[in-house]
Amino acid sequence: MADTSDTGKRMRIEVLRYRPEQDAEPFLQGYDVPYSDDMSVLQGLQYIKDWLDGTLSFRWSCRMAICGSCGMMIDGEPRLACKTFLRDFPAGSVRVEALAHFPIERDLVIRMDDFLAKLESIKPYIIPKEARSLAQGEYLQTPAELDVYEQFSSCINCLLCYAACPQYGLNPDFVGPGIMALLHRYNADSRDGGASARMEVAGSEAGVFNCTAVGYCSEVCPKHVDPANAVNQNKTRAAGDYFLRLVTGKGGAK
Amino acid sequence: MDVWKADVAIVGAGGAGLRAAIAAAESDPSLKIALVSKVYPMRSHTVAAEGGSAGVVQAHDSLEHHFHDTVAGGDWLCEQDVVEDFVARSTEEMVQLEHWGCPWSRKADGHINVRAFGGMKIERTWFAADKTGFHMLHTLFQTSIKYPSIRRFDEHFCLDLVVEDGRVQGVVVVDIASRRFTLIQANAVILATGGAGRVFRENTNGGIVTGDGMALAYRHGVPLRDMEFVQYHPTCMPGTGLLFTEACRGEGGFLLNRDGYRYLQDYGLGPAEPTPRNKAMELGPRDRLSQAFWYEQQKGRTIDGPHGAVVHLDLRHLGEAKLRERLPQIYELAEEFLGVDPAKTPIPVRPAVHYTMGGILVDGRCAAPLPGLYAAGECSSVGIHGANRLGSNSLAELCVFGKTAGVEAAAFAKSVAHGRADVLLKQAGASQQRALALVTDTSGTERIATLRKEMAQSMEDGCGIYRQADTMQATCDKLAELRERYRRVRVEDTSSVWNTEWLLAIELGYQLEVAQAMAWSALERRESRGAHQRLDGYGERDDVNFLRHSLAYHAGADAPRIGYGDVKITRSAPGTRAYGAAGEQAEKAEQERAAQPGPAGEAHRG
Repeated sequence: MADTSDTGKRMRIEVLRYRPEQDAEPFLQGYDVPYSDDMSVLQGLQYIKDWLDGTLSFRWSCRMAICGSCGMMIDGEPRLACKTFLRDFPAGSVRVEALAHFPIERDLVIRMDDFLAKLESIKPYIIPKEARSLAQGEYLQTPAELDVYEQFSSCINCLLCYAACPQYGLNPDFVGPGIMALLHRYNADSRDGGASARMEVAGSEAGVFNCTAVGYCSEVCPKHVDPANAVNQNKTRAAGDYFLRLVTGKGGAK
Repeated sequence: MDVWKADVAIVGAGGAGLRAAIAAAESDPSLKIALVSKVYPMRSHTVAAEGGSAGVVQAHDSLEHHFHDTVAGGDWLCEQDVVEDFVARSTEEMVQLEHWGCPWSRKADGHINVRAFGGMKIERTWFAADKTGFHMLHTLFQTSIKYPSIRRFDEHFCLDLVVEDGRVQGVVVVDIASRRFTLIQANAVILATGGAGRVFRENTNGGIVTGDGMALAYRHGVPLRDMEFVQYHPTCMPGTGLLFTEACRGEGGFLLNRDGYRYLQDYGLGPAEPTPRNKAMELGPRDRLSQAFWYEQQKGRTIDGPHGAVVHLDLRHLGEAKLRERLPQIYELAEEFLGVDPAKTPIPVRPAVHYTMGGILVDGRCAAPLPGLYAAGECSSVGIHGANRLGSNSLAELCVFGKTAGVEAAAFAKSVAHGRADVLLKQAGASQQRALALVTDTSGTERIATLRKEMAQSMEDGCGIYRQADTMQATCDKLAELRERYRRVRVEDTSSVWNTEWLLAIELGYQLEVAQAMAWSALERRESRGAHQRLDGYGERDDVNFLRHSLAYHAGADAPRIGYGDVKITRSAPGTRAYGAAGEQAEKAEQERAAQPGPAGEAHRG
C-alpha cells in the first residue's frame, strides 16, 4: 500500500543500518522506493519507515530545514535530508549514512551530547555590557550592528559542519566550527560584554588553533552561517589575547 | 525504574516550556526543575514559526487596539480578562527576549522594527527577518543554560502523568536512547507540548506535533476546550503543507486566482489597493482567507496543480532585494522546494492545517482544574485565541503564559510536600507496563502508517475549512473504528535503543483521542464561528446558544462527552466581525455607539 501516487519511478536507497543490540557492526541495507521529482531524501526514508521497514530509525521533524534534526551523510556528503531531493540522483540510487565523526547510536541516529556539552561551556547567552531594566526598554542596536553577528546566530545546530571538519574527525576535543560560530555570535553582539570569559574556550587547547582552514564546514552549512569565518575572526582575537598576556602578564582571559 | 525528585516538572521544551523553566528558576533558585523534551529543545516546533510576535510599541497604537483586534479576531470566543492580561504583558516579554539576545530586526535608529500582520489594526509584530520562532527558541534555549537549577531530560518521551491524592505528583518518562524509565516526582507539572496539527493530512507542523500533552491531561479527566477550532493557514506549500509566512502579505504580497485577480475583494475584504492596508484584503484574518480560497475552488477559479488546487502568492512587485532582506527563508523555500524564484514567478499556495486554537482547559493563571497541573502555549486553552487566532499572537503567548505557568507552578510546588515515592512508583510501574505492552505483544496486525493515514484523511474530509453534519459524523465513526483497530496495532521493532516505531505507536494513540475531541466538539457546535464554518443550515453565528466554550471530556473507549462553559466578557460585547471597508464603517459606528450612554457589554453575555 503506497503512500504516494505511483509515478513508476524507483529509487534505490541504501541505508547504513546499525542496531547495537543485534548487529556486530554497521551494514548497508537497500530499499526500492517509488518517488516523484518533488520528493526529498527524508520523504524517501519516511516511505521506508511507514511501508517497508518500521525498524529504521532516524531523527526528523520540521521538514523545512530549520529544526536541524535530519543531518546525515548523503552519498558521502553531510546534508539535511529534508532539503536534498531524490531527483538529484539520476543514477537511480543514493547512499544514506549517519553523520561522520559522531558515534552511531542506532541506524542514522548519532550521539550528540558532545555538541551540547560544548555549547553549555561557551556561555551562549548575553552577558550584558551594561545593565538595563525592562522598564528602560530595548538596547539600541543599529542594522549595521545587527549585521555583524546575525549570520552567526542563524546556526541551526544541525552538525553538518562537524561531519565536514577533518580536524574534529581527528580530535573530538576540538570545539569545532558550529560552536565557534555561536561563540562569535555572542562576542560580536553590541549588547554583550562577555568576550573575555568566552576567550578561555576560544584560545584553549581545544580552541580555534586546531582549525587548519580547510573551509569545508562553510561549504556544507545549509544556512550560510560561514563558521570558517567565525573561526578565523577568533584566531585573530585569540592571538591578540595571547600576545597581550605575554607582554603585560594579563590578557583578556581570566 | 529510576526516581528523580523535582519541585517542578515541565513537559515540552519549546518556547512555552523554556520560558516557564526560566521563570520558575528565577522565582526561586533553590527549586529543582526538570525540563523534559522528546527532542533536543532547539528542535521544538517553535523553531518553524516565521512571521513574528505581537507587542504594542508604536505611539499611535494602544493595548485597547490589540485587545479589540484579538477579541474580534477570535469571533468573541475569547476570555476577555485573559486577553487584557496578555496584551498588557506581551511587550515586556518581547523586550525581555531582546535583553536575552534575540536578534530582532531593527530600524535605522536602532529601535526594534515592527511589521503589519493579518487582522491587526496597527503594525505591532516584532520580527527577526522571517525566522522569528527560530530566533526566539534558540535565544530561550541558550539563555536557559544560565540556570543551574534547570535539569534537562533531552530526548525523553513522556508516557503519563502520575495523579495521586487528587493532585498531579509527577510524570513517567522514558529515555529514547536506552529505554530506561524514570519517575520524575514533582509537586507541580507544566504541560507545554504544543499543538496537534499532525492529526490532519496536509499541515504545516513538524512530525513531533502530535498532541501528547493534550492527550495526557485529557486521559486524567481534564477537559479539552474549544477543540473544534483548528486554524487553516491560507498560504502553504501544496503537498507538504510547508508554511509561507503571513509576513509575505504583511510586506505587501498579493493573492491571485487563475485570472490573476485579487479575489479577496469578492469576500468582504476589499477594496483592493496597491499597498497593504491593515485589516483588509491580504491582511485579513486567516479564517476568512482560507474560506475565500474554498469558495474560489468551488467557483473553478483556482489553478490545478499536482497536489490539488492552488492560488498564487505574488511577491514579484516587492523586488529581490526586499525579499532577500525581509523574507530570506521564504525565498529559499520557494527556490529549493518548488523551483520557483519568487522575485520572478508567483508561488503556488493552498491552505493547510496550522494551529490548534483549543487545548487543555486552564484559567488565567495557567492552572488546570486538576491541582498541581499547569499548561502553557499551543497545548493549552488559556482563552486568548477564541475561534480564530491572529497571526503573531501565539509567539507572544508562549512568553507571556510560559512565564505565568512557571511562576504559578513554582509557588504551588512550594505549598505542598512530596508524596510517598513507593505509592507513586506503583502507578508509574503500571504506566511503564502499558507502554511496553505495545512491543511485547507481537500479535498485532494493524500497520501504524495505515491507521495514521486513515485518521489524517478522515479529519481533512470531516473537519476541514467547511463542515457539515454527515461528513463530521462519518469522521467520528471512523475515529471510533480506528481506536478499535489501534488495540491491535503492530510494532515490528522490539529493540530498546532508539525504538522510534514504538514511540510512533504511542503518539498515534494520543492523536486518535485528541482527534476525537476535535471531531465531536465540531459536530456538536451547531453554528458558524471563526474557524468553525458549517454548510448545513448552521451558517451563522448563534450567540444565544453557542457563545460558549466547548469542553470535551474523555470517556474511556467511548466517544468524548461534550459540555460547555461560560465565556468571560469584560469590555467587548459581541459585535459584527468585519474587515476591509466594511470593517472601517463598523468600527466608526461602534465608536458612535460607545459615545452614547447605555448598558455595558456584560448584558450580552451568553
